[in-house]
Amino acid sequence: MDTRLEKIIKVLQEKASATYEEFRGEVHVFINAGQIVDALTFLRDEHQFSLLSVMTAVDYWPQDNPRFHVIYQLTSLTQNLSIQLRVPVNGNQLKVPTATRVFEVANWREREILDMFGIEFEGHPDPRRILMPEDWEGHPLRKDYPLGYEEPQFTFNFEEIDLRKPYAKE
Amino acid sequence: MSEYQLQEVPVGPYKHLVSERAVSGETMLLNMGPQHPSTHGVLRLLLELDGEVIINCIPDIGYLHTGIEKNMEAKTYQKAEVMTDRLDYMNNMGNNLAYVMAVEKLVDLDVPPRAQTLRVILTELQRIGSHLVWLGTTALDLAAMSVFLYCFREREIILDIFEMVSGQRMMTTYFRPGGVWRDVPVEFEGAVRNFLKILPKRIDEYEALLTKNPLWLDRTVGLGKLDAATALQHGVTGPMLRATGVNWDLRKVRPYMGYEQYDFNIPIETRGDTYARYLVRVQELRESLKIVEQALNKLPMGPVRSDNRKFVPPPRSELGTSMESLIHHFKLWTEGFPAPKASIYSAVESPRGELGVYLEGDGGPKPYRVHWRTPSFDNLSVLSKIVKGHLVADLIAILASIDIVLGDIDR
Amino acid sequence: MGVEQKLGNMGVVTTTLETAVNWARTNAMWPMQFGLACCAIEMMSAQAATYDMSRFGMELMRPSPRQSDLMIVAGRVSRKMAPVLRRLYDQMPEPKWVIAMGDCASCGGVFNNYAIVQGVDEVVPVDVYVAGCPPRPEALIHGVVTLFEKVKGEKFEDFVKA
Repeated sequence: MDTRLEKIIKVLQEKASATYEEFRGEVHVFINAGQIVDALTFLRDEHQFSLLSVMTAVDYWPQDNPRFHVIYQLTSLTQNLSIQLRVPVNGNQLKVPTATRVFEVANWREREILDMFGIEFEGHPDPRRILMPEDWEGHPLRKDYPLGYEEPQFTFNFEEIDLRKPYAKE
Repeated sequence: MSEYQLQEVPVGPYKHLVSERAVSGETMLLNMGPQHPSTHGVLRLLLELDGEVIINCIPDIGYLHTGIEKNMEAKTYQKAEVMTDRLDYMNNMGNNLAYVMAVEKLVDLDVPPRAQTLRVILTELQRIGSHLVWLGTTALDLAAMSVFLYCFREREIILDIFEMVSGQRMMTTYFRPGGVWRDVPVEFEGAVRNFLKILPKRIDEYEALLTKNPLWLDRTVGLGKLDAATALQHGVTGPMLRATGVNWDLRKVRPYMGYEQYDFNIPIETRGDTYARYLVRVQELRESLKIVEQALNKLPMGPVRSDNRKFVPPPRSELGTSMESLIHHFKLWTEGFPAPKASIYSAVESPRGELGVYLEGDGGPKPYRVHWRTPSFDNLSVLSKIVKGHLVADLIAILASIDIVLGDIDR
Repeated sequence: MGVEQKLGNMGVVTTTLETAVNWARTNAMWPMQFGLACCAIEMMSAQAATYDMSRFGMELMRPSPRQSDLMIVAGRVSRKMAPVLRRLYDQMPEPKWVIAMGDCASCGGVFNNYAIVQGVDEVVPVDVYVAGCPPRPEALIHGVVTLFEKVKGEKFEDFVKA
């Protein structure tokens, strides 16, 4: 690991009781939801991590604790470093404080996570769905949401599927 | 029928995003709808207009949402690559490259040097093709229609090269984990060299038509000014960021696929307006030509795919003689290859910015989570800030200069 | 011989009204610019210099549905876009035709999931399906010519509905 990253991780371990792991040259730091905004502000202001490259989430259903991980990847242009922060979110407490005040790009990214996973961000100025229609129910990227697969029509079941398909009249 | 009469867009759901003058009815909310000739795809823009001047602009995306991320979780690593071409449909080879680089990083697979050089040549040709379409459609939006026809004529030569190499004009799926699908035919080098001879003069023609044209300058200088701090806050990368003065190109700072061997410049402009973005992209066309020429001169002999049979299928000629090849072939075709239970993030420089793949495996043959960090999503989020106070016709120019592809945004 | 030759020398042609109307309809059918995704790029290539669709009378792609006859649905239609598509189809004046260009418009294509309408014929009635992902510009032109063959065989009873 890069020596500058080691110093940063030491500070995060002391202040935010973070744990970390390394894989293929990347550093993943686990931080609690309550301290993520402070961690982001600290990294942006004191260590010039000025670009929030990625903000997404992963669903670990049927495991409930934690059910989701919210992932932030920060890039520092001046030092050419990257660091990944992961926030575990419980299945029965889907709230994370918003990062919009630290990075403006989080506005749309958090709307996308709300739309796809159902994780709410406290203090978000505009909590609406972004990709699905406004009246859609459900959160598509969760693991218990079905793919919405349509059965392929082979010769043996062609007619019965054809009768069920909603063709448009004039 | 009442639903076909002109209806005003209701202010209700957007009260927190528009100014108070919209609520009182002084300004008008106009829908620049999903079907529009100049929005470069199905993008809906809600404009709050005071006459012709834009007070607020609210983008509404999702009209092309394809569910690619969820669909890729249901397919094996090899089969999921087919869907990657269709994300950013101007940059098919680039999307393939981002995905196979992520898979190779996850399973720790090597790529032979001939395959790396071929990947560089084809990705840069794709970048030239993408910038040509951008130039053509931008000029078409600003009523310089002949540039559109010229750019598409050039692009046909690039598509012929892709068809020669992989059989398909656009959705090639040519890069595979471990290298490329198969070796290029003998006519490849001649065709690329021919293209390299033709294009520089044509780029000079486009520049002669547009760069010092007073009409073009009137319509693009000073529009949509973006400064570096706002750009970084909004996660903007690519030519849009380089037009504000920040020197950040993933091919130079984090070289991949052997980009450190090639000698090329990164064009930087400082003004941050539409004209600067135009200059950066036209200059990038020339730099890409340099890279293709150097890579073609350096093209080494050798295999085009890794020989790690756990991930790369053996050639069919071996299947008749070797038992292990048969078993490897069988396992790869029925199950696919397993990946470790870990996650990585790998990024390349697409013509629009940083295209990254967050790939998480779970020990099985299917990806557990694939997230695409697409550049157009973040680039578009800055639109509402940079069009304030401009006219609607300027909005068209600014939107064209951001170079969005809706497949990238909505995935 | 005989009557036709005499009439031809005088510059007179006889035909049925249906043939004349169908000839007029096919020779200047204006498509509506409805490119959604990747197929739109191939549609633009078909309109540009190398594979020119203006040879077939489709000089302009009108973005306004009120001024077009043909809707080429080029690309994948998502669930959010389907009502918009239907509304645009309803806004087109008669006579109108629809070409479903590409696999995603014909049958859902590669994407068999919650977000894509599995074939645009769930939303609008389709006349010609053009296969391919994306179809080559020549394939699109072949689809257009097939539509012209279909239009030339149309009779007036199809359009006069009670």
